[in-house]
Amino acid sequence: MIRLSRQTTQRIAFWLISLIAGLVIASILLIVGLVIVQGSGAISWEFATGFPREGMKEGGILPAIVGTLLLTIGTAIFSVPIGVGAAVYLAEYSEDNALTRTIRIAIINLAGIPSIVYGLFGLGLFVLFLKFGTSILAGSLTLGIMTLPVIISTSEQALRAVPHSFRVVSISLGATHWQTIRRIVLPQALPGVLTGVILGLERAAGETAPILFTVAAFFLPRLPRSVFDQTMALPYHLFVISTQVPGMPIRIQYGTALVLLAFVLSMNLIATLIRRHYRQRRQW
Amino acid sequence: MPRLLWPNWALYRWNKPDTGTVEKEPIKRTWQESLMERTIRVTGVSAIVIVGLIVLFLIREAVPAFVQVTPAELLADRWYPVEGYYGLVPLLLGTLLVTVGAAAIALPAGLATAIFIAEIVPRWARDLLKPFVEVLAGIPSVVLGLIGMLVLAPLVRRFAGAPTGLTALTGSLLLALMALPTIVSVAEDAIDAVPASYRNAALALGATRWQTIWRVVVPAARTGVLTGMMLGVGRAIGETMAVMMVTGNAARIVTGPADLFLPVRTMTATIAAEMGEVAQGSTHYHLLFVIGFALFLISFVVNLAAAAVVFRQTKRSERVMS
Repeated sequence: MIRLSRQTTQRIAFWLISLIAGLVIASILLIVGLVIVQGSGAISWEFATGFPREGMKEGGILPAIVGTLLLTIGTAIFSVPIGVGAAVYLAEYSEDNALTRTIRIAIINLAGIPSIVYGLFGLGLFVLFLKFGTSILAGSLTLGIMTLPVIISTSEQALRAVPHSFRVVSISLGATHWQTIRRIVLPQALPGVLTGVILGLERAAGETAPILFTVAAFFLPRLPRSVFDQTMALPYHLFVISTQVPGMPIRIQYGTALVLLAFVLSMNLIATLIRRHYRQRRQW
Repeated sequence: MPRLLWPNWALYRWNKPDTGTVEKEPIKRTWQESLMERTIRVTGVSAIVIVGLIVLFLIREAVPAFVQVTPAELLADRWYPVEGYYGLVPLLLGTLLVTVGAAAIALPAGLATAIFIAEIVPRWARDLLKPFVEVLAGIPSVVLGLIGMLVLAPLVRRFAGAPTGLTALTGSLLLALMALPTIVSVAEDAIDAVPASYRNAALALGATRWQTIWRVVVPAARTGVLTGMMLGVGRAIGETMAVMMVTGNAARIVTGPADLFLPVRTMTATIAAEMGEVAQGSTHYHLLFVIGFALFLISFVVNLAAAAVVFRQTKRSERVMS
């Protein structure tokens, strides 16, 4: 057997690792680049503001864009108050007992549940049992529950990052526990909480599986009128036009993918900017 | 603050929170305050309530299937519910094949990328590359599915000589891509957290940089690396849309690795593809909930195992330090 010298081994190992990492990075660039290059040809004023025509092969994707916006807002309405509330509880109130441990196990569990199982759950509870039907309400609730673990864990982390001395000073000045949380801890943790919320909503906006049976309409060329309406949504629309409609122009598929990607990645960017901005300004 | 793709494990060290909850309050609460505090306590247990509801409703819809179908039928090797063949084995094997394939690609590639970012490139490149890899986690799975269908599938067909590009291998490649950001992010955090003194000691003893990385740094970070791998694989098992779009969705018995070049059907894709078409309350409908419950249990075990590894490691390090 040939024994390689240590230097040769190192050279080979570094080359191999750089090659693999390069491939990974190149594939990300390739995916994003491909969607941008191929999709930008489809982007026009009509594409963004028109209704689909000719079996979705012509026209725009306005109902899907509006649907995704509405679902994202609906998700936020349900998940932000509960998520931030739970984070405040865990960071500021909870003690080391069986209840807290159970909550933590529950959050770990929620974070790992496959999105399609959330879809089944939404179908069982909201659509059928509570009789919301396939509606924006049922979809938002399903997505909201899916988003909860992300919002809880990022918000809790942000709250815990606020120095303990802030709380001590506030209490010693005579503030109550709640006043301390409301006036001192929460404002300091706000950028971190906001980042977590946006990242959670970003995930909700891009998901297809949970909305399959709870809200998504195959083809609905009008805007929803109430929360009990079905709606089209960007991810589901992209799924439909790439698998369910034969003879779909590739241009439209990439165009829809680009709109969805731009929506999701701009949320990502906003979160990153908020984080960067406040991290630089932070005094402690 | 690192971007979170998963709950922050560091917070799940099950000991007393170091914020030192203030219990004795000098000033009496107003009623608004006690109302707020009560509301927060209620939201605090919301996670437990939701997990309870999920279990309840999955079981509620799944149980009738066990009354209508015998266990022997469930363990049969054919899934064709329209004609009364309810064997779940092909779906389980399909998920297994695609996931193992994805793991075989993503685990080494993820570890290599993590080592690359943490140990090989300079610091400024790390700050650039890490958010960049995490962008991949933000790409919606349907967009990856579209790329998989339009770009990856033709490539697989040409190079593998398969009759169709929509195969288990295509699914594995795509899933590997989706599992990567989780693995890289968690593993890189762990490798980066290894104290500099470990590296300095190894280098001072005459080890090369590579020997230091491979025999000292990575073993020291193994808990985090393993956690990242488990979470990445967990994500791969549960992924639905991309897999459904590129694996061809043929429910057949997998006999060996050669089946990578043939279409398969996973558990998740079965639910997504068939739930829209079944009659509510039919045996088929209830069976899809059985599959969903099985997925729930798998994810529960994987995530709890990942958390337990972190928990055990933390306790041991506390013992060693004290």
